[in-house]
Parts: sequence; structure tokens; C-alpha cells
Amino acid sequence: MTAPASRSLRHLARTVTTVVIGAGQAGLAMSRCLTERSIDHVVLERGEVANSWRRERWDSLRLLTPNWQTRLPGHRYGGPDPDGYMSMPEVVGFISGYAGLISAPVETQTTVTSVRPAGDGYLVETNRGEWRCETVVVASGAFNIPAVPKIREGVPSSVTSVTPKSYRNPGKLDEGGVLVVGASATGLQIADEIHRSGRPITLAVGEHVRMPRVYRGHDIQYWMDAVGLLDERYDEVDDLARARRVPSPQLVGTAERSTLDLNALTDRGVRLAGRICGLRDGVAQFSGSLRNVCQLADLKMNRLLAGIDQWASETGKADEVPAPEMLEPTRVAKSPCLSLDLDRGEIRTIVWATGFRPDYSWLDVPAFDRKGRLRHDGGVVDLPGMYVMGLPFLRRRKSSFIHGAEDDARELCAELAGHLDRVRTRFAG
Amino acid sequence: MSTAPKIIDNGVDSVALTDARSALTEQPEGARFQWRATCDWVHGTHSASTVEGFYGLGEEHTHRRRFTFDADHPDVFASEDQGATPAEYVLVGLAGCLTAGVASIAQHRGIQLHSVRATVEGDMDIQGILGIDRDVRNGFEGIQVSFEIDADATPAEIEALVAQSQKRSAVFDILTNPSDVSVVVK
Repeated sequence: MTAPASRSLRHLARTVTTVVIGAGQAGLAMSRCLTERSIDHVVLERGEVANSWRRERWDSLRLLTPNWQTRLPGHRYGGPDPDGYMSMPEVVGFISGYAGLISAPVETQTTVTSVRPAGDGYLVETNRGEWRCETVVVASGAFNIPAVPKIREGVPSSVTSVTPKSYRNPGKLDEGGVLVVGASATGLQIADEIHRSGRPITLAVGEHVRMPRVYRGHDIQYWMDAVGLLDERYDEVDDLARARRVPSPQLVGTAERSTLDLNALTDRGVRLAGRICGLRDGVAQFSGSLRNVCQLADLKMNRLLAGIDQWASETGKADEVPAPEMLEPTRVAKSPCLSLDLDRGEIRTIVWATGFRPDYSWLDVPAFDRKGRLRHDGGVVDLPGMYVMGLPFLRRRKSSFIHGAEDDARELCAELAGHLDRVRTRFAG
Repeated sequence: MSTAPKIIDNGVDSVALTDARSALTEQPEGARFQWRATCDWVHGTHSASTVEGFYGLGEEHTHRRRFTFDADHPDVFASEDQGATPAEYVLVGLAGCLTAGVASIAQHRGIQLHSVRATVEGDMDIQGILGIDRDVRNGFEGIQVSFEIDADATPAEIEALVAQSQKRSAVFDILTNPSDVSVVVK
């Protein structure tokens, strides 16, 4: 074939019923469900399968969920350590293995550059040609871009800013003090390992979710699952907007199954400050609300544990497990740190563990709200034939976890199939 | 069950508040308020402030009546003590805000209050305002609020009321986070 012909072939849009964007757990779970319904589809992946797990996480990270919980449609962990937590290479192995197992039609190294409405469906442009499709499933993840507050712009040039997306291990940081901003799982894990490397840590703490790793002899995820919290649906919670904003719980996956909370970090010498709320003339300012956010988190945790105790009593599970435990309230220093002069040389690095947001820069559709969030009802986007997966509390509390992909994929695949039926009936009629 | 449903009344119209929240979620521009005060110097350190008009829900409003506040300093400052000190007004603002929050949240959560008392203490080293020691700040070193609450609720529920009222309080936020303040001469 001559060169011009192959070029024109490459520019000829291929046609498929469904384009799935992203070959992580969500996209692959959807692929499996589409295959079960014999809906022809392609899974477009900008890098390799499980790309974010491969390239955008720090070295020591392990899943926050135990191995027994790690499952995808038709596949679950079968190894020797059900109570362990997968390392990133293990997660990549699990998800890549799954892609092979279900023979997912994945096109790797294919970056979607644009998705826009075209006719009764969509036109998907990539760096390797175009696709025309009737339906699109956005499974490109919720954690693409570090959401760093604007005040970062005021950080003096002598201080290096890093985000959890680029952070790998403490050895890559300058010697000297580190300010970690954010007290979710990410902030606490990174603060802990940097502190252990001999770099003194100040941790800026806003609203957070505290949980023990193990409660009454079981992983907290066991209890959350058992009492039905993980299956709680998006149309059942009081305040969905708030539920979707809840930061990841302060958990870490270690062989010792140890609890990582603010008290544990205080015991190791980490200094706690309030939420970072300003940066003026090189001075970082911290909110005086540290006591309040700690108390809110303690109260919420105690309500969670009381709910677990109640469920255990009602079901008889209480007879099989150790007695209820009371956790020590979070200790806050008498006069917490309110400001820190970043020009003084004490702080050399700031880690912005302030969360992530999805990247929809390629999604050219009129379906965003005034804050740039995709408008959807439980993953059914406000546009015919478009669906989204893997966002926090998309359809259930577990939606953004690996084991949460299955139920969402089945239900959204049923929605998608219903849409195709309706469209095709209309044309047939 | 034969017991009649208990009517919770803390004097807060929580239905109106919930409705307002829904309406303003749809129309966020209506949520922009401006609060105002004017202050006239009287004599010495004595001043008289007035609060009357404010802006919100897209239009001007006035309070049902004009409120006035005398501010001064006590005898130990060689003043005439014609009113509370401005710093004490800040404590009044914090206590009023947190207490209103406790009542509203209690209503929303179906908790009957019987009595609520907040005691507020602000510690200040006046070496700051007198310019004696530049390492001492002018404002409060710390503020302690202590609530005594009698309500039909468990101690944990009462703790949660107070914690939530801080989370939703304007004045708590004003005091715990920096605000940009501009002062000009016309």
C-alpha cells in the first residue's frame, strides 16, 4: 500500500457501537459487561492498561482495601494473603491480568483528544485516528489532576512544591523540613514516610475522615461492607453533594494492619497545624479551626463505630468478636501552629495532598455545571448515550473503589443497552 | 406505638432555612449578602455604632429597627466606660453566632433545647496594642468558648451540635481564618 493511501485510511473514522475511554478497573468492568451483552466496543487507553496505577502513584502506596475485597466482574483475588493490601505492581498485575482474561478490546497508547456530539452519537478523536460511535463511556478516572489551592502561587521560590502525582519517595526530596498540606489517606501516608526519613513534618489538617484500620478484630472495610455503608446508593443519602466531597479516610495498607491517624503521627513527632488558609509575604497561615475539625472527625468516627456495634449486637456477630473499643480523642496542642515563615529556610518542600479532580479538557460536550463538574444522574450523563464511571459516590459509596466498579458497570451497561434499544426501535419504526 | 410525635420547637423555622438552601443552590447570585455598620466618634474613646441596612437576595433590606452600640474602654484604660470594648463586641459576635447555630442545628436534627449558655473568654496581652513588645500581637492570643447546654439529647449529640455550629459559623470562620481588610479615607 502506498503512503498516501495508508494516511487516508488512518483518517477514515472507524465505527463502533460504544467507545470506552480508559482501561482501568472501571473501563474494563464496563468492557466485560458490554461483551456479555454482545455490544461491540473498543477501550481507548492513553498509555497502558492500569496506567494511573503504573505511573501516577508513589512507591510505597498500597490499596486502602484488603485483597479479599479486590474484585472485578467474574474475577477476584485468589492469592495466599486475603487480609493483605496490594502494592502498586500487584494492582497493575491484577488489572492487566483481568484485561487479558476478558479479552478486552483495548487500544493502548491512544490518547483521546476530543469527544463531541455527531449525528445521533459521538465523534471521538485520538492521536491514532477517529471513531464514530453511538455511545460513550467516560472511565478516565477521578484522580487525574492534582487540585492545588490558589495560594500555592505565593510560595517563595526557595521552597519546592510537589503533588502526590509526582511524589515518589522521601529520598527524592531536599533535606530539611516539609509542610504536608492535607490530612486524607494520601497526606497522612506521605507525611509519615517523609517524617521517618528524618525530615521534620508540619501537617496542615482540614476536614478529614478518621477510622481505625482494624476494629473488633476485623478490617474496617469488612464492617463498612457488612453494615451496608459501601452499598449505600446515591439516591438514598441525605446530602449527595457533600457525600461526593468526603475525602478518603485516614487509612494505610501495611502488613501490621496498623492504624494511621493524627495521634499516631503526633506520637512520632509530627507537628499539626490547621488548614492552610493564606500565604502572605512568604508566611503560610493556618486556620484556628484545628480543634473543631479534629472533634468533628472524632464524633463521626464514633458514630460509625457505634453503628457497627449496634449491627453486631443485632445480628449476633458481637458474640464472635472482641468487645467494643473506644479510641482516644485526637490530641491537639495547647497552642497549635498558626503561621510558618517559608522564607526562614525551615521548610524546604511543600507536598500538596489536597485532592485530585478529573481531566475533561478533551470532552467537548455541553454537560458541565458552573463548577466544571460533569452533570450526571448516577453516571448517566445529561446527554443521550453518554455515561461516566469511577467518580466518588457515583452510584454507591464504593463507586470509586476497584470493587465498586462491578455493580456500577452492570447497571450503567443496562442503561446503555436500553438507550441503544430505544434509538434503534425509533429508526426501525 | 401510642405516643404522639414529639413537637420540637426551638423557635427556629428550619423549613424556611432548608427551602432557602435549595433556592440559593439554584440561584447562587442571591446568596451574596453585604453586612454594614456605621460608627460615629462621640468623645474620647467612646463611639456609637449603628446597624440598619444590609443587602441580600438581590436587593436592599432594613432591619425591623435601628440597632445602636456604644463602644468605649473601661476606667483602667483611663476611659469613661460608656460601652463594651470593641474586642468584647468580637466575643459577643462569636457567642451569638455559635449559639444561633446550636439552635438551628438542634431544630434541624429534632433536638429540643431547654437552655444554652456560652461563656467566652479572650486572652490578650496589651503589650501589643501599647507597642511595648513587637513580638506580641494586638489581638487575642486565644479564645475559649464554653457551652452549658440542657437539651433532650445524649452528650455525644450535644457535642456534635456544638461542633457542627462551629463548622457552619461565619464569625468562627472570620476569627480562625485571615480576611482581607481594606481601610480608606474618603
